[in-house]
Amino acid sequence: MGGAGEATVSAPRTFDLSVASVRELNAALHRDDVVDCRVVEPGGRHAVAVGMRAPVSVEIDGHVGYYCAGMNKQATVRVHGNCGVGVAENMMSGTVVVEGDASQSAGATARGGLLSIEGNASARCGISLKGADVVVRGSVGHMSAFMAQRGRLVVCGDAGHALGDSIYEARLYVRGEVASLGADCVEKELRDEHRTELAALLARAGIDDVSPDELRRYGSARRLYNFDVDDAGEY
Amino acid sequence: MGTARARAYAAAPMCGIVGIYSKSEAIAERLGAHAADMLAQMADRGPDSAGVAIYRDPVGAGESKLSLHAPDGMGDWSAAVEALDEGLGVERARVLGAHHALLHVRADADAAQAWVAAELRGVGVTSAGRTIEIYKDAVAPCEFVERFGIAAMSASHALGHTRMATESRVTPAGSHPFSTGLDLCLVHNGSLSNHNRLRAELQRGGTTFLTENDSEVAAGYLTARMRAGATLEQALEGCLDDLDGFYTFAVGTADGFAVLRDPIACKPAVMAETDDWVAMASEYRALATLPGAADARVWEPEPGVVYSWGTVSV
Repeated sequence: MGGAGEATVSAPRTFDLSVASVRELNAALHRDDVVDCRVVEPGGRHAVAVGMRAPVSVEIDGHVGYYCAGMNKQATVRVHGNCGVGVAENMMSGTVVVEGDASQSAGATARGGLLSIEGNASARCGISLKGADVVVRGSVGHMSAFMAQRGRLVVCGDAGHALGDSIYEARLYVRGEVASLGADCVEKELRDEHRTELAALLARAGIDDVSPDELRRYGSARRLYNFDVDDAGEY
Repeated sequence: MGTARARAYAAAPMCGIVGIYSKSEAIAERLGAHAADMLAQMADRGPDSAGVAIYRDPVGAGESKLSLHAPDGMGDWSAAVEALDEGLGVERARVLGAHHALLHVRADADAAQAWVAAELRGVGVTSAGRTIEIYKDAVAPCEFVERFGIAAMSASHALGHTRMATESRVTPAGSHPFSTGLDLCLVHNGSLSNHNRLRAELQRGGTTFLTENDSEVAAGYLTARMRAGATLEQALEGCLDDLDGFYTFAVGTADGFAVLRDPIACKPAVMAETDDWVAMASEYRALATLPGAADARVWEPEPGVVYSWGTVSV
């Protein structure tokens, strides 16, 4: 890097993680003059492209480890491969696309933006979701949308056991089988407003062969919201 | 135990597991190097100790291989090897410092183990069988690989472990893999909650334990179930009912290996397969070191499901 008065070096466009460190990559991605870029040879490394704040595109060629695109704001991150635990955790806005499968806790606590998973997601997908949208082309594992507060989870395949356990106001849509519903999660009527929002979500995720009518809606029965004095003996 | 306990609860339960099974000569030729590369990637998940169970050079009928460990050291092992030669007949001895040695003896594994227990003071049998060799020590994974020359070994398959200790002391005996019978071993990522009660039950049935380690209890459980007639798959399925806690297990057999995750899938595991190999690891980055990994079929094993390769019926 140049010192004061020297010509500044513009932000690079390609990062080879078999050579550069993840710390160098992320420092570059956090620069004010960051531009669209590509990451090659990720080799399953953790924390690739976390904390992005700029409306640029990051393409990642290969599989990544944990927390890829965590805390993302505005950026579009596309992974041409699989993701480890916690992809797009606590995302604020922007778009994260996973072309392969995602491991556990995909989109955990995410507050905004879209996480689109084109393969399957494993357990706890959308755990404690706080406002983001998660669209999964395949299936999700057990305990997905656990304690999910706001946002939407759309699953075009099946959902594992205890879907939506202790859910608050997130809305869940599943096309296939639900192995079981978690505590306080119930099936709800799919009304026109839900069809409209589903059509928009599917379109944003680039899914054009699934009709909103094929999905069922699940949400909170709101029985766990308030302390009931009659239950005092249970504690 | 006081400091060990304090340490146990201060450390995050991590650990790393790797396993590789060759389907081609080229992979088998360099299997030790592949296992070492995978283990190095998992070093930061388990800096306290490391170990490898490697399956190679099967010995003939009526012979066996013993991995021996002497906690207090045996010097250059010459007295021990001489005694073994007189008692059993030694085909080959590989001495790896004062604490570890690998012996190829002219006696079957049960007889050889019984002889060592009765005749060799200060020496424990880490593994016994016709193909298995277990190397483990309380050192950082990269140093471990160097110390035991793992990268130079050719083999059909291997399991490895990097340990971040939670439930018992950091010693070679508390390191993984644990032997679970002839040519069998277990590596574990996780922690078991009911290991004290289960250890007591197994002890009443005649199983003996060397450490306070929870994973050794899982190994003892599998051994006891298989001695009682269960297949390896049945013994692993029994874990789903009888073990309380978190676990990803990888089990090695003479001809294959098996993987099981607890029903909650608390601990990570990822698998990959090509025409040349099948492998599992705690994280993908360990698999990424293998030739052709970028084009491998990669998937996450389902919780509560036994996966196996090769012959795992014993």
